[in-house]
Amino acid sequence: MKNKFAVFLVCAVALVALPLFVQQFGQGWVRILATALLYTLLALGLNIIVGYAGLLDLGYVAFYAVGAYMYALLASPHLTETFPWIAAMFPKGLHMPIWVVVPLGAGLAALAGVLLGTPVLKLRGDYLAIVTLGFGEIIRVFMNNLEHPVNITNGPRGLDRIDPFTIFGVNFGKPLVVGGFSIASVTLYYWLFLALVVGSVVLCHRLELSRIGRAWMAIREDEIAAKAMGINTRNMKLLAFGMGATFGGVSGSMFAAFQGFVSPESFSLMESIMIVAMVVLGGMGYLPGVILGALLLSALPEVLRYVAGPLQHLTDGRLDASILRQLLIALAMIVIMLLRPRGLMPPPEHGKAAPSPATAK
Amino acid sequence: MSEVVLEVKGVSKRFGGLQALSDVGIRIERGQVYGLIGPNGAGKTTFFNVITGLYTPDAGSFQLGGQPYKPTAVHEVARQGIARTFQNIRLFPEMTALENVMVGRHVRTHSGLVGALFRTAKFKAEEADIAARAHELLDYVGIRRLAEYKSRTLSYGDQRRLEIARALATEPKLIALDEPAAGMNATEKVVLRELIDRIRKDGRTILLIEHDVKLVMGLCDRLTVLDYGRQIAEGTPGEVQRNEKVIEAYLGAGHKTH
Repeated sequence: MKNKFAVFLVCAVALVALPLFVQQFGQGWVRILATALLYTLLALGLNIIVGYAGLLDLGYVAFYAVGAYMYALLASPHLTETFPWIAAMFPKGLHMPIWVVVPLGAGLAALAGVLLGTPVLKLRGDYLAIVTLGFGEIIRVFMNNLEHPVNITNGPRGLDRIDPFTIFGVNFGKPLVVGGFSIASVTLYYWLFLALVVGSVVLCHRLELSRIGRAWMAIREDEIAAKAMGINTRNMKLLAFGMGATFGGVSGSMFAAFQGFVSPESFSLMESIMIVAMVVLGGMGYLPGVILGALLLSALPEVLRYVAGPLQHLTDGRLDASILRQLLIALAMIVIMLLRPRGLMPPPEHGKAAPSPATAK
Repeated sequence: MSEVVLEVKGVSKRFGGLQALSDVGIRIERGQVYGLIGPNGAGKTTFFNVITGLYTPDAGSFQLGGQPYKPTAVHEVARQGIARTFQNIRLFPEMTALENVMVGRHVRTHSGLVGALFRTAKFKAEEADIAARAHELLDYVGIRRLAEYKSRTLSYGDQRRLEIARALATEPKLIALDEPAAGMNATEKVVLRELIDRIRKDGRTILLIEHDVKLVMGLCDRLTVLDYGRQIAEGTPGEVQRNEKVIEAYLGAGHKTH
């Protein structure tokens, strides 16, 4: 017990101190870490829908977009510049605090989740995947086209000049100077995302070991048997969509503040597929697996950047670095799925207290 | 003694040109094992599916535990007190045996999202109770030692027993077993028979749909025989065995019983 606590403490300190160490090699590396954490948050949310409730959602990025646009609209000059009446209401400009915007984004995303869930309740497997894929595209197309006749989203040009977060008076947009030591803005975001990921893991774990979590897994395993056991599958599925979407919405508003710029381009189908791939590659329904999958798949492209460069050099620049990178990622995924079809870290075979089969009989 | 658990009157169901059930009615008293038999395609499963809310009957009235009962939504049936098992076992394969039974407690427990996310005292107490009851039920059907194994790794007979434990976890007024002996060998059948006997002795009521005539005749207090969607006989096993129509339809024309 004491040992476990010590290991936990060392891990915690290492994770917190990591960016301070890494930032010596350049802030780009801290940025990669922060982005990886953001993806972990997304993967944890999707894991509720795909991993727990077994609903294959290929349009998850829509919830991410809803959260991102929510924050971007309420914390950037776009609305006040476009609509004089809004400018009149907020003479100092629209700068909603995150305590308002993040819950609002989460709530709106949850609503979107339930809205998407309602018509697809009866669908399963491939059919569900296709409809959710369409939903993801609809949201993206909306963001792309909602500039005529009224300019709401600024279309493909996207929204910029988004406020960075300000938490307890600390502006995340500027380096924080503590006693002569400067902490970069990305490091602040890294810590924020780390805190969110830790919080989410705790929440997901609690859901997993609850009456609701068991009901979700029962639906995933056998929907007819779950119904026969008295589980209201309609409500439970909607709850799964809503909960998963909430995570997506929160990550979206984080993304908007972190980047300072959002455009429909960031919410393409490819993003959805990447998030699904993280969940599946890591190990569906198993938190350590999902986290591993998310960290790996979001960091891998960046690492490959350093491999692709020299390779490109070897071929006298005939191979494009970005294509080579995609090729290598695809190859890595194929190899992993062939060698470990249930994911890199699938759930353990038996429960905690299980004796070995030899002693059981 | 004569407390009626389930009373079904005049059930009819038609699928296109096929009259699957016509005017079928049963009356199950508390503590009985009630059998439902018939040759293949006689309408046993249709009748079963009507009772458990999977099909909506064209006609018929139902009473469960003295209350009017309308099997509409499948998940409501369990809430109202009928638990079932499946002919071709439907467990939750990737969940442990214990978790399977814990899912059965779903309808009799209440904690929601807030309780789960904040781990309230009430939630913890309920979880502990669910786990304790699930362990008890696994013990009751005799597979306690397998609690932490995934249900797909259990042997066929153990899976059947786990399914019964899961159904019992819903605290049913009536437990409906759909061909529980299907695919079992002779030894497993003996064990199953003992289990059903024990469940009856503990005051529960069972509706048994079965192919195995020997098992039905030995276990049931009363039974109904269906043939081409019609109820051709009803009564104690002795009465049914002597019924001419049953002998002709089920045991084959020209068959002699003694």
